[in-house]
Amino acid sequence: MKTYKYLMIFVAICTSLLFVQCDDDDNGNVIGAVTCDDGIQNGDEEGIDCGGTACQSCLDAIGFDGNYVQEDQMGRPGINTVFGSTGMKDAFNVTTPSNMGAAFQASFETKLLALNPGYTTNLAGLDAATFTTVLANDVLWVAETGITTYFNGTEVLTGRTLQDDVIDVSLILIFGGPTNSENPTLTSDNVDSNDVAFSASFPYVVAPN
Amino acid sequence: MKKTKIFAAIGGLGLAVLSVFLIAADHIDAPAVAGTNSDITDFYAFRAQDQNNLAFVVNVQGLLAPGQSTEQAEFSENVLLEINIDNNNDLIEDRVIQAIKRNDSMYFFLKPQVSTPGLTSTIDTETFVGSVKISTTTDVQVSSSNANGMKFFAGPREDPFFFDFTRYNEIIAGTAPGFNDPGNDTFVGTNVLSVAIEVPKSMIGSGTVGANPLAPSTSIYGVWVESKRKQ
Repeated sequence: MKTYKYLMIFVAICTSLLFVQCDDDDNGNVIGAVTCDDGIQNGDEEGIDCGGTACQSCLDAIGFDGNYVQEDQMGRPGINTVFGSTGMKDAFNVTTPSNMGAAFQASFETKLLALNPGYTTNLAGLDAATFTTVLANDVLWVAETGITTYFNGTEVLTGRTLQDDVIDVSLILIFGGPTNSENPTLTSDNVDSNDVAFSASFPYVVAPN
Repeated sequence: MKKTKIFAAIGGLGLAVLSVFLIAADHIDAPAVAGTNSDITDFYAFRAQDQNNLAFVVNVQGLLAPGQSTEQAEFSENVLLEINIDNNNDLIEDRVIQAIKRNDSMYFFLKPQVSTPGLTSTIDTETFVGSVKISTTTDVQVSSSNANGMKFFAGPREDPFFFDFTRYNEIIAGTAPGFNDPGNDTFVGTNVLSVAIEVPKSMIGSGTVGANPLAPSTSIYGVWVESKRKQ
């Protein structure tokens, strides 16, 4: 009986020594060691050799570091195409919206009056300076609630859906005059919709041709 | 007489528009050669099917010929697409949704507040909100079961833009008196690379009234898209 007790204590001490030795052994050599370079997902890793308590995050392992510098931008459709000009288009694309008005409103107004020398106001009631100020601050307005549309006959510039005929809206505002009765052959390209229907559900744009 | 004046005046724009058109034509070739392009062709922002959400569609690399979209063009791992959201009408982004390709997927991040707005960006992996495998014509992938309620898509799509661009160029060049009726959609049969995102409005804060003089009592977000290349 007493011998059995000593035997148990001896076994317990040996076992604890074994664990201590294992813990101290940084080189592993223990079956089932988990490392961040063993090429398999094990331990608490969330992917192969990434995530969990020991390894770097899986996103950091993929790598998203570095600086990204602007090349192109767009708010409303066709602004740079219609109102930009050679030598200005690139500059427009790398000017932040808060600096666009000061940089481009005057040249936009000149361009508007070159496109339509008879411009007074447009269907939105905006004179040339006000209209080109709106256009030069090239961000797309989107309503937080309610209908989002470029123009639907009632709502004006509260978004842009895939269905919106933004070209006709732009032509009307540039050429149509205060009641959309001027320059009738220039106020619609007579392409009123896309050639295929859009989806009512995400992602809305449809399969490629 | 009036029309003659208009055409004389807009004739001066012809060269500029023609150069734009030629740049667009270049974009047909560039993707096939390099497979990378930062050219944004279109940007849409609208209330989603779920009216608690806003939907964004960003198109790049336009005028892709039918039938071989993924062979002609692919997203670049060096080009970061950013949807900027201005909440307070100061024309400075308050929130940014980022999208960039890694391996076979598009990864998305949403900066809840922007500390350094402007022309240079970095990606903070702490702001990761989801990813989606990039679709092909035959393998369409949509990520819509994210815990945050966001939806993601990236891949070739039919170009949703419609415009008699050819006739427009003729008018600008002074060789046509006006548009035809019916017109001829220059973009029929062409494809683009699309990135579509849906985001609950609760994740992007509120807009502000007074931004839009044509809808002065409507709460408005100012949004725009940017493409940025890794240096």
